[in-house]
Amino acid sequence: MPAKDMSTLIANLFPCVEKLRDKLGYQVFLLATSTGIATLFLLLTNLVTSPAIAMRAQEDQLAGLAQVMPPTLYKNDILSTRQQLSVQGQQYQIFTAEAEPGVITGYVLETEAPGYAGPIRLIIGVAIDGSLIGVRVLSHSETPGLGDKIEVAKSDWIRSFDGHSLDNTSAPDWAVKKDGGSFDQFSGATITPRAIVTSVHKSLQDLSEAIQALAKPEPQETLTTAPITPTQPAERTVPTLQEASS
Amino acid sequence: MSNYKQIFRDGLWGNNVVMAQSLALCPLLAVTTSATNGLGLGLASMAVMISANLLSSFFTPFISRAVRIPVNILMIATLVTITDLALNAWLHPLHKVLGLFIPLIVTNCAILGRVESFASKNSLLPAAADGLAMGLGFTWVLVFMGGIRELIGSGTLFANASLLLGENFAFLEMQIIPDYRGVLLLILPPGGFLVLGAMLAVKRLLERVAERKQAGAANCIAVAEGK
Repeated sequence: MPAKDMSTLIANLFPCVEKLRDKLGYQVFLLATSTGIATLFLLLTNLVTSPAIAMRAQEDQLAGLAQVMPPTLYKNDILSTRQQLSVQGQQYQIFTAEAEPGVITGYVLETEAPGYAGPIRLIIGVAIDGSLIGVRVLSHSETPGLGDKIEVAKSDWIRSFDGHSLDNTSAPDWAVKKDGGSFDQFSGATITPRAIVTSVHKSLQDLSEAIQALAKPEPQETLTTAPITPTQPAERTVPTLQEASS
Repeated sequence: MSNYKQIFRDGLWGNNVVMAQSLALCPLLAVTTSATNGLGLGLASMAVMISANLLSSFFTPFISRAVRIPVNILMIATLVTITDLALNAWLHPLHKVLGLFIPLIVTNCAILGRVESFASKNSLLPAAADGLAMGLGFTWVLVFMGGIRELIGSGTLFANASLLLGENFAFLEMQIIPDYRGVLLLILPPGGFLVLGAMLAVKRLLERVAERKQAGAANCIAVAEGK
């Protein structure tokens, strides 16, 4: 038996192992040592992989952003402009696209819509004139074959938002056709598109309100050219959509 | 040499993880919505199986029988976590597809089962061969089942294979049935049970046919000798 050879080899090398193996103290030592070795290996792996993993996560985020905000529209480090916004319990993460410092060209929002089978994470690109550049679904758990037509890979439906804005689409039109609005639903799945249409509409409203609220106290600073560091997001001044586009 | 032949025959068919031992069904049912997903999980599981078998075979003389299970589980969990981190860092697209299922490899009782029943009683090479054979057996079942579910469920085969294996393997991606509406049932969890049941039934049928043939052949010989 080769296994026996191995055992005898080790018994010769470490004569005490054979004798100690069934002692309680050895078992405690064995468990402790193996835990220690495992921890050491995990630490090392984490040390080696964590920069690469952080980079991958950032690439993912940029790839997501690029779907709704063409990279030609901004030159700034858009990920570092992240701001949190919370309106009536709805959480938003807002990224600001700037062609050059102070010249805002658009906003990207990340938010969640309540789907049929859990939250649908959306990313929404808004141009400076308030029109939608694009909407994409980052993750969802809708029924395959029915609700998953919200993915751009499965259907073009999500592209039907492109170009819509609060100005060119009236409030009643922000609904699926079944509810009298101007967006298609899918056969067999109404809840999913309804949730997304509602969520996109609300995001646009909340964004424009937030921009107005931020800009009102000091409207003269709306086109400030001061470079803004990501460590002071609260001091950012954001122009209203109308002012900036005029 | 026949020893290795036997190991591979067992792993691929006779004592297959899924088809004979009925182990590892949880990741199997969850992942096999497409052939590509099956292949990815199969390869990851195979890597863990080989290294777990090797390590366990090497350390067996040091490990007391009383605490062997916690030590082995710790070892497998460490291997899986390292695989998970490495995939996330260097094979990111694959990790995005399989991310959820890689931690499931720890709960794959097939790995602990092989460590316990084979690797701890054999030396390094047979243990590694057993890991490879069992891993290959698991992989072909995953790919086959994923292929059936994907083909009937969405009319494609190896969709997104280039994400898993690189652009060179884009030729694997096939749209078998154009303009196919898809059979949702096969993609949803019940489809997994249906396909698995059908596969087990076919395997038993094949075995019975082989048995009858053997019996028939034996009869013939007996008759011939009797004459």
